[in-house]
Amino acid sequence: MDFLSLIITPAMLLGAWISGRALERRHLKNLLLLESGSRGILAVTIEELPKDWHVQSCELVMGNVVISQDYFKRFMASLKGVVGGNIGVFEPLLERARREALIRMKGVAHARGYDTIINVRLETAALASSRSDGKGTAGVEILAFGTAISLSEGTNRRTSLP
Amino acid sequence: MIISNTQEIPGKSIIQFFGVVTGSTVRAKHIGRDIMAGLKNVVGGELTQYTELLSEARGEAIRRMSHQAEEMGANAIVNVRFATSSVAQGAAELFAYGTAVTVE
Repeated sequence: MDFLSLIITPAMLLGAWISGRALERRHLKNLLLLESGSRGILAVTIEELPKDWHVQSCELVMGNVVISQDYFKRFMASLKGVVGGNIGVFEPLLERARREALIRMKGVAHARGYDTIINVRLETAALASSRSDGKGTAGVEILAFGTAISLSEGTNRRTSLP
Repeated sequence: MIISNTQEIPGKSIIQFFGVVTGSTVRAKHIGRDIMAGLKNVVGGELTQYTELLSEARGEAIRRMSHQAEEMGANAIVNVRFATSSVAQGAAELFAYGTAVTVE
Protein backbone atom coordinates (compact mmCIF):
# COMPACT_ATOMS: atom_id res chain seq x y z
CA MET A 1 0.00 0.00 0.00
CA ASP A 2 2.39 2.50 1.27
CA PHE A 3 4.64 2.39 -1.71
CA LEU A 4 1.95 4.26 -3.63
CA SER A 5 1.41 6.88 -0.95
CA LEU A 6 5.17 7.39 -0.80
CA ILE A 7 4.99 8.63 -4.38
CA ILE A 8 1.66 10.39 -4.25
CA THR A 9 2.35 12.56 -1.23
CA PRO A 10 5.57 14.17 -2.52
CA ALA A 11 3.99 14.56 -5.95
CA MET A 12 1.01 16.35 -4.43
CA LEU A 13 3.30 18.53 -2.34
CA LEU A 14 5.32 19.50 -5.38
CA GLY A 15 2.25 20.15 -7.50
CA ALA A 16 0.65 22.21 -4.77
CA TRP A 17 3.84 24.18 -4.27
CA ILE A 18 4.15 25.10 -7.94
CA SER A 19 0.51 25.91 -8.58
CA GLY A 20 0.06 27.60 -5.21
CA ARG A 21 2.92 29.97 -5.97
CA ALA A 22 1.66 30.73 -9.44
CA LEU A 23 -1.86 31.44 -8.17
CA GLU A 24 -0.55 33.65 -5.40
CA ARG A 25 1.51 35.75 -7.80
CA ARG A 26 -1.43 36.13 -10.16
CA HIS A 27 -3.69 37.17 -7.32
CA LEU A 28 -1.23 39.78 -6.05
CA LYS A 29 -0.97 41.24 -9.53
CA ASN A 30 -4.76 41.40 -9.83
CA LEU A 31 -5.05 43.00 -6.41
CA LEU A 32 -2.73 45.84 -7.37
CA LEU A 33 -4.76 46.46 -10.48
CA LEU A 34 -8.10 46.42 -8.69
CA GLU A 35 -6.85 48.55 -5.82
CA SER A 36 -5.74 51.28 -8.17
CA GLY A 37 -9.17 51.09 -9.78
CA SER A 38 -11.07 51.50 -6.52
CA ARG A 39 -9.02 54.39 -5.20
CA GLY A 40 -11.92 56.78 -5.73
CA ILE A 41 -13.93 55.08 -3.00
CA LEU A 42 -13.06 56.32 0.46
CA ALA A 43 -13.41 53.65 3.15
CA VAL A 44 -12.89 54.66 6.77
CA THR A 45 -13.40 52.90 10.09
CA ILE A 46 -14.71 56.00 11.85
CA GLU A 47 -18.37 56.26 12.56
CA GLU A 48 -18.87 59.86 13.53
CA LEU A 49 -19.06 62.11 10.52
CA PRO A 50 -17.59 65.59 10.29
CA LYS A 51 -20.25 68.23 10.88
CA ASP A 52 -20.10 69.63 7.38
CA TRP A 53 -20.91 66.34 5.67
CA HIS A 54 -24.49 66.16 4.51
CA VAL A 55 -25.60 62.60 3.92
CA GLN A 56 -28.33 61.97 1.39
CA SER A 57 -28.72 58.22 1.64
CA CYS A 58 -27.00 55.21 3.15
CA GLU A 59 -26.90 51.48 2.74
CA LEU A 60 -25.10 48.48 4.20
CA VAL A 61 -22.48 47.05 1.84
CA MET A 62 -20.46 43.87 2.19
CA GLY A 63 -17.71 41.98 0.48
CA ASN A 64 -16.62 38.49 1.38
CA VAL A 65 -14.10 35.92 0.29
CA VAL A 66 -13.43 32.33 1.32
CA ILE A 67 -9.83 31.38 0.86
CA SER A 68 -7.82 28.26 1.56
CA GLN A 69 -4.17 27.47 1.86
CA ASP A 70 -2.52 25.09 -0.57
CA TYR A 71 -1.46 21.62 0.48
CA PHE A 72 2.24 22.39 0.52
CA LYS A 73 1.90 25.40 2.78
CA ARG A 74 -0.48 23.57 5.09
CA PHE A 75 2.17 20.86 5.35
CA MET A 76 4.87 23.43 6.11
CA ALA A 77 2.62 25.07 8.69
CA SER A 78 2.04 21.76 10.43
CA LEU A 79 5.82 21.29 10.65
CA LYS A 80 6.16 24.76 12.06
CA GLY A 81 3.42 23.93 14.52
CA VAL A 82 5.77 21.46 16.21
CA VAL A 83 8.55 23.95 16.93
CA GLY A 84 6.32 26.98 17.38
CA GLY A 85 6.85 30.52 16.23
CA ASN A 86 5.44 32.70 13.52
CA ILE A 87 3.64 30.71 10.87
CA GLY A 88 4.81 32.94 8.05
CA VAL A 89 3.06 31.05 5.28
CA PHE A 90 -0.38 31.96 6.60
CA GLU A 91 0.20 35.68 6.91
CA PRO A 92 0.30 36.55 3.19
CA LEU A 93 -2.82 34.44 2.61
CA LEU A 94 -4.90 36.32 5.15
CA GLU A 95 -3.54 39.64 3.96
CA ARG A 96 -4.53 38.84 0.38
CA ALA A 97 -7.98 37.79 1.52
CA ARG A 98 -8.56 41.01 3.47
CA ARG A 99 -7.48 43.14 0.55
CA GLU A 100 -9.76 41.17 -1.74
CA ALA A 101 -12.74 41.54 0.63
CA LEU A 102 -12.20 45.29 0.90
CA ILE A 103 -12.01 45.64 -2.86
CA ARG A 104 -15.25 43.69 -3.28
CA MET A 105 -17.00 45.84 -0.70
CA LYS A 106 -15.84 48.97 -2.50
CA GLY A 107 -16.99 47.47 -5.78
CA VAL A 108 -20.50 46.92 -4.41
CA ALA A 109 -20.62 50.47 -3.09
CA HIS A 110 -19.42 51.85 -6.41
CA ALA A 111 -21.96 49.82 -8.37
CA ARG A 112 -24.77 51.24 -6.26
CA GLY A 113 -23.59 54.79 -6.74
CA TYR A 114 -21.88 55.49 -3.43
CA ASP A 115 -18.39 56.90 -3.04
CA THR A 116 -17.79 56.78 0.72
CA ILE A 117 -17.98 53.91 3.21
CA ILE A 118 -17.95 54.60 6.93
CA ASN A 119 -17.65 52.32 9.95
CA VAL A 120 -15.85 49.61 8.00
CA ARG A 121 -15.38 46.38 9.92
CA LEU A 122 -13.44 43.25 9.01
CA GLU A 123 -14.41 39.87 10.39
CA THR A 124 -12.67 36.55 10.15
CA ALA A 125 -14.36 33.18 10.53
CA ALA A 126 -12.86 29.73 10.14
CA LEU A 127 -15.13 27.31 8.34
CA ALA A 128 -15.28 23.86 9.85
CA SER A 129 -13.38 21.21 8.00
CA SER A 130 -15.61 18.61 6.47
CA ARG A 131 -13.91 15.73 8.24
CA SER A 132 -13.23 15.26 11.89
CA ASP A 133 -9.54 14.47 11.42
CA GLY A 134 -8.92 18.00 10.18
CA LYS A 135 -8.34 16.91 6.60
CA GLY A 136 -10.84 17.65 3.88
CA THR A 137 -11.98 21.08 2.88
CA ALA A 138 -11.30 23.95 5.21
CA GLY A 139 -11.26 27.62 4.55
CA VAL A 140 -11.22 31.00 6.16
CA GLU A 141 -13.88 33.53 5.41
CA ILE A 142 -13.07 37.22 5.53
CA LEU A 143 -16.03 39.58 5.57
CA ALA A 144 -15.70 43.31 5.11
CA PHE A 145 -18.75 45.44 5.73
CA GLY A 146 -19.62 49.05 6.30
CA THR A 147 -22.21 51.72 5.67
CA ALA A 148 -21.98 53.28 2.24
CA ILE A 149 -23.13 56.88 2.17
CA SER A 150 -23.72 59.38 -0.57
CA LEU A 151 -23.00 63.00 0.20
CA SER A 152 -24.71 66.06 -1.12
CA GLU A 153 -22.94 68.03 -3.80
CA GLY A 154 -20.05 70.18 -2.76
CA THR A 155 -18.94 68.16 0.26
CA ASN A 156 -15.18 67.81 0.27
CA ARG A 157 -14.47 64.34 1.60
CA ARG A 158 -10.71 64.41 1.82
CA THR A 159 -10.00 67.67 3.57
CA SER A 160 -12.83 67.58 6.05
CA LEU A 161 -11.88 64.28 7.67
CA PRO A 162 -11.15 64.92 11.35
CA MET B 1 -35.86 49.46 5.02
CA ILE B 2 -32.60 51.31 5.73
CA ILE B 3 -29.91 49.02 7.10
CA SER B 4 -26.71 50.39 8.58
CA ASN B 5 -23.95 49.26 10.89
CA THR B 6 -23.57 52.70 12.41
CA GLN B 7 -25.24 53.69 15.67
CA GLU B 8 -27.47 56.17 13.93
CA ILE B 9 -28.65 56.55 10.38
CA PRO B 10 -26.44 59.31 8.98
CA GLY B 11 -28.49 62.37 8.13
CA LYS B 12 -31.60 61.18 9.97
CA SER B 13 -32.69 61.05 13.58
CA ILE B 14 -34.13 58.12 15.51
CA ILE B 15 -37.59 58.74 16.93
CA GLN B 16 -38.50 55.30 18.23
CA PHE B 17 -36.72 52.09 19.29
CA PHE B 18 -38.27 48.67 18.81
CA GLY B 19 -35.56 46.42 20.22
CA VAL B 20 -33.32 43.71 18.84
CA VAL B 21 -34.15 42.00 15.58
CA THR B 22 -32.33 38.88 14.44
CA GLY B 23 -32.09 36.74 11.36
CA SER B 24 -30.20 33.53 10.95
CA THR B 25 -29.73 30.72 8.51
CA VAL B 26 -27.80 27.47 8.69
CA ARG B 27 -26.36 26.25 5.43
CA ALA B 28 -24.74 22.98 4.55
CA LYS B 29 -22.36 22.69 1.69
CA HIS B 30 -23.70 21.27 -1.53
CA ILE B 31 -22.09 17.98 -2.48
CA GLY B 32 -21.06 19.07 -5.96
CA ARG B 33 -19.68 22.29 -4.64
CA ASP B 34 -17.85 20.44 -1.93
CA ILE B 35 -16.04 18.18 -4.39
CA MET B 36 -14.88 21.16 -6.43
CA ALA B 37 -13.82 23.00 -3.31
CA GLY B 38 -11.94 19.90 -2.18
CA LEU B 39 -9.91 19.95 -5.37
CA LYS B 40 -9.31 23.66 -5.02
CA ASN B 41 -8.16 23.06 -1.48
CA VAL B 42 -5.03 21.28 -2.78
CA VAL B 43 -3.78 24.17 -4.87
CA GLY B 44 -5.04 26.87 -2.54
CA GLY B 45 -6.69 30.15 -3.41
CA GLU B 46 -10.24 31.28 -3.33
CA LEU B 47 -13.03 28.75 -2.87
CA THR B 48 -15.50 30.60 -5.09
CA GLN B 49 -18.33 28.17 -4.39
CA TYR B 50 -18.14 28.86 -0.68
CA THR B 51 -17.83 32.60 -1.17
CA GLU B 52 -21.10 32.57 -3.11
CA LEU B 53 -22.75 30.19 -0.69
CA LEU B 54 -21.93 32.34 2.30
CA SER B 55 -22.90 35.60 0.66
CA GLU B 56 -26.26 34.13 -0.40
CA ALA B 57 -26.79 32.82 3.10
CA ARG B 58 -25.89 36.14 4.65
CA GLY B 59 -28.31 37.87 2.31
CA GLU B 60 -31.03 35.50 3.49
CA ALA B 61 -30.21 36.24 7.14
CA ILE B 62 -30.49 39.97 6.44
CA ARG B 63 -33.83 39.45 4.67
CA ARG B 64 -35.20 37.57 7.67
CA MET B 65 -33.95 40.28 9.99
CA SER B 66 -35.56 43.06 7.96
CA HIS B 67 -38.78 41.08 7.69
CA GLN B 68 -38.90 40.93 11.48
CA ALA B 69 -38.26 44.66 11.70
CA GLU B 70 -41.02 45.36 9.17
CA GLU B 71 -43.51 43.38 11.23
CA MET B 72 -42.66 45.52 14.23
CA GLY B 73 -43.38 48.61 12.19
CA ALA B 74 -39.82 49.89 12.02
CA ASN B 75 -38.35 51.53 8.96
CA ALA B 76 -34.64 51.10 9.68
CA ILE B 77 -32.16 48.80 11.41
CA VAL B 78 -29.09 50.32 13.03
CA ASN B 79 -25.89 48.87 14.46
CA VAL B 80 -26.10 45.65 12.47
CA ARG B 81 -23.55 42.97 13.38
CA PHE B 82 -22.74 39.61 11.89
CA ALA B 83 -21.67 36.38 13.49
CA THR B 84 -20.63 33.13 11.88
CA SER B 85 -20.38 29.85 13.69
CA SER B 86 -19.68 26.32 12.59
CA VAL B 87 -22.49 24.37 14.21
CA ALA B 88 -21.71 21.01 12.63
CA GLN B 89 -19.18 19.54 10.26
CA GLY B 90 -19.75 21.02 6.86
CA ALA B 91 -22.45 23.44 8.01
CA ALA B 92 -22.25 27.05 9.05
CA GLU B 93 -24.66 29.39 10.73
CA LEU B 94 -24.83 32.94 9.46
CA PHE B 95 -26.39 35.28 11.94
CA ALA B 96 -27.27 38.95 11.59
CA TYR B 97 -28.67 41.16 14.31
CA GLY B 98 -29.36 44.79 14.90
CA THR B 99 -31.71 47.29 16.50
CA ALA B 100 -34.99 48.10 14.80
CA VAL B 101 -35.84 51.79 14.88
CA THR B 102 -38.00 54.37 13.25
CA VAL B 103 -36.12 57.26 11.71
CA GLU B 104 -37.17 60.43 10.01
